[in-house]
Amino acid sequence: MDFNFWDPFTWIGEWLLNLLVGWGLAETIALTLLRFAGAVVLALVLLLIGGVLFTWLDRKLSARIQDRLGPNRVGPFGLFQGIADTLKLLTKEDIIPAGADKIVFNLAPLLVTMSVVGIWAVVPFAPTLIGTDLNVGLLYIISVGSIGTLGIMMAGWASNNKFALLGAFRTVAQMVAYEVPMVVVLLVPTMFTGSMSVHAIVEGQSSLWYVALAPVAALIFLTTSIAELGRAPFDLLEAESELVAGFNTEYTGIKWGMFFASEFLHGLTISALTAAIFLGGWQGPGAEARPLLGFVYFMIKTMVVYFGVTLLRFSMPRVRIDQLLDLNWKFLTPLALAAVCVTAVAEKLALATNWSRLGVHIIANVGLLILTLGALWVRARMVRRRFETEQMRLAARSESAAD
Amino acid sequence: MIPLSWYLIVAAAMFCIGIYGVLARKNAVGILMGIELMLAAVILNLVAFWRYLTPARISGQAFAVIVFAVAASEAAVGLALIISIYRRRSTVVADEIDILKW
Amino acid sequence: MTIAQIVFLVISATTLVASILVVTSRKMVHAALWLVLSLGGVAVLFVLLQASFLAVVQVVIYIGAIAILIIFAVMLTRRMMYDTGSPINRYWWAGALAAVLLFAGLVVMLGQIPSITTQASALPIPEGELLSLLGTALVDVNGYMLPFEVASVLLLAALIGSLVVARPMERKTEEGDKR
Repeated sequence: MDFNFWDPFTWIGEWLLNLLVGWGLAETIALTLLRFAGAVVLALVLLLIGGVLFTWLDRKLSARIQDRLGPNRVGPFGLFQGIADTLKLLTKEDIIPAGADKIVFNLAPLLVTMSVVGIWAVVPFAPTLIGTDLNVGLLYIISVGSIGTLGIMMAGWASNNKFALLGAFRTVAQMVAYEVPMVVVLLVPTMFTGSMSVHAIVEGQSSLWYVALAPVAALIFLTTSIAELGRAPFDLLEAESELVAGFNTEYTGIKWGMFFASEFLHGLTISALTAAIFLGGWQGPGAEARPLLGFVYFMIKTMVVYFGVTLLRFSMPRVRIDQLLDLNWKFLTPLALAAVCVTAVAEKLALATNWSRLGVHIIANVGLLILTLGALWVRARMVRRRFETEQMRLAARSESAAD
Repeated sequence: MIPLSWYLIVAAAMFCIGIYGVLARKNAVGILMGIELMLAAVILNLVAFWRYLTPARISGQAFAVIVFAVAASEAAVGLALIISIYRRRSTVVADEIDILKW
Repeated sequence: MTIAQIVFLVISATTLVASILVVTSRKMVHAALWLVLSLGGVAVLFVLLQASFLAVVQVVIYIGAIAILIIFAVMLTRRMMYDTGSPINRYWWAGALAAVLLFAGLVVMLGQIPSITTQASALPIPEGELLSLLGTALVDVNGYMLPFEVASVLLLAALIGSLVVARPMERKTEEGDKR
């Protein structure tokens, strides 16, 4: 096969396969080997990017927002700060606290990292570059994510430290709770496409991104993803003033580094997932024929979402735990259910009549939004009225006490 | 290739281990874990029968999905009961929860 | 012995060993973690049976929800965590006997089923279509709509029931606060 500048992925894959077959390996074994190698390369590149480059980007962004300079000593613009930090982490003493459950303690960072890297197996980078096209892709993402929850629980329990355990409790309560609206809202792109495969979902957005058809769903997905990630404004799991450092209090050295890198990578992961599921993934002008261009589009969209998430992170105050759970159970979950119902009805309506699909969905979503805001307004009024009567009662009582 | 009997034997063994757990465990949560093992073995059986005997019909998988729902609700209600009992009597040892015997 | 057989044996051995550790571990958290491994093994067996949807659902429901719930329950009933006494009751031998007898009986019975040695034929439906077929079967009036709806009612009942049961007893405070 000739080298095609716009599609290097297929070319590299075929070249490697031919090489291995040329060495005398059976084709199935060669394919299996290549898949393993691909997974290893992907994981390494991602962890390096997540751990080294994105820490730098994140610190620079936060510095800009907070009117500081950020890392600027190691290398040009402090670019090599991440490498220096990694080296520092690698050479640190590896402490296992007394009374810790050694096996579980060591297994936890592995599971957490695995769960984040595993999600990338189904992320389509370009039309020809995807780890594996599972027909249950969205469910796979949820299931791999839930293994990470388990890892956090294990880390908190095995540390034999009450702050670690409390942090793990909070994290797991938060992650399990926010999984509910997330799963519900993922039904919306599934309904549009008729498939749970991420690749098919991206291909279904060739004419119209799903964010235009279902803005409410996209917003809920992003919110719940940020909560799953445990970033501000949902970063209670590492509320330093209350919990020391959360579930990874007792971890040192490279094991702590693994939690850190996987958290950064998770930030990138949710951006990539939002880009793929709601922002059209690699879709863009000319991407179908030129996969490399699709890769660039995908990366640009991911970066835009990542930037938005970071901006949110540094401009929002932390919520309280009861507010966090109230937001989830009393607001996001009903809204997600309503969004699914509304979308289903609108989709059928657009199919049955000859109305424009976009128009029907936009009207449905705007209606949903108005209803939601109305409900919130009524509730806020009720809360305020109750508060005012309470105040009046208290004032009356103190007056009578003064008499 | 793998004959059907292998899957059935694994499922049977898992089911029996679950039964042992239910009968022998002191801790109520441990008993619940035994029940989960038994349900998982049942689902494995259903899926194995579907794959080997009636792969053209979807009934085995549909049945398995329903058993999943049952397993989930069973775990939720069971654990809620255990926590409620623990709150009132501060024990989860099944032998000590004997108020009905008085 | 083919590769598939070796994979099957390794996975099922892991699953069974993990299951035994579930019912014998002293620490309940360890038992719960072994339960995760055992149920994960079952998920891999589902993959071998070409039921990828059920495998993923198994991981989501059993590992993501039930195992986490069990670990939560173990930690909330914390006094047992440091219990060094025997994790099994006085009549454990009767339980073991019952389990062994049942297993023997099951194996004997399985040996008498004629179709027991069936080999898997190729899947008549492509794996991709299986999922949509299952989906339509579950909401089809001639299919499994009734059991599906009953299952959803059961889930709702379980949700409300566990909420009511696990709710802390309401204490009447001075302000009449209902929290």
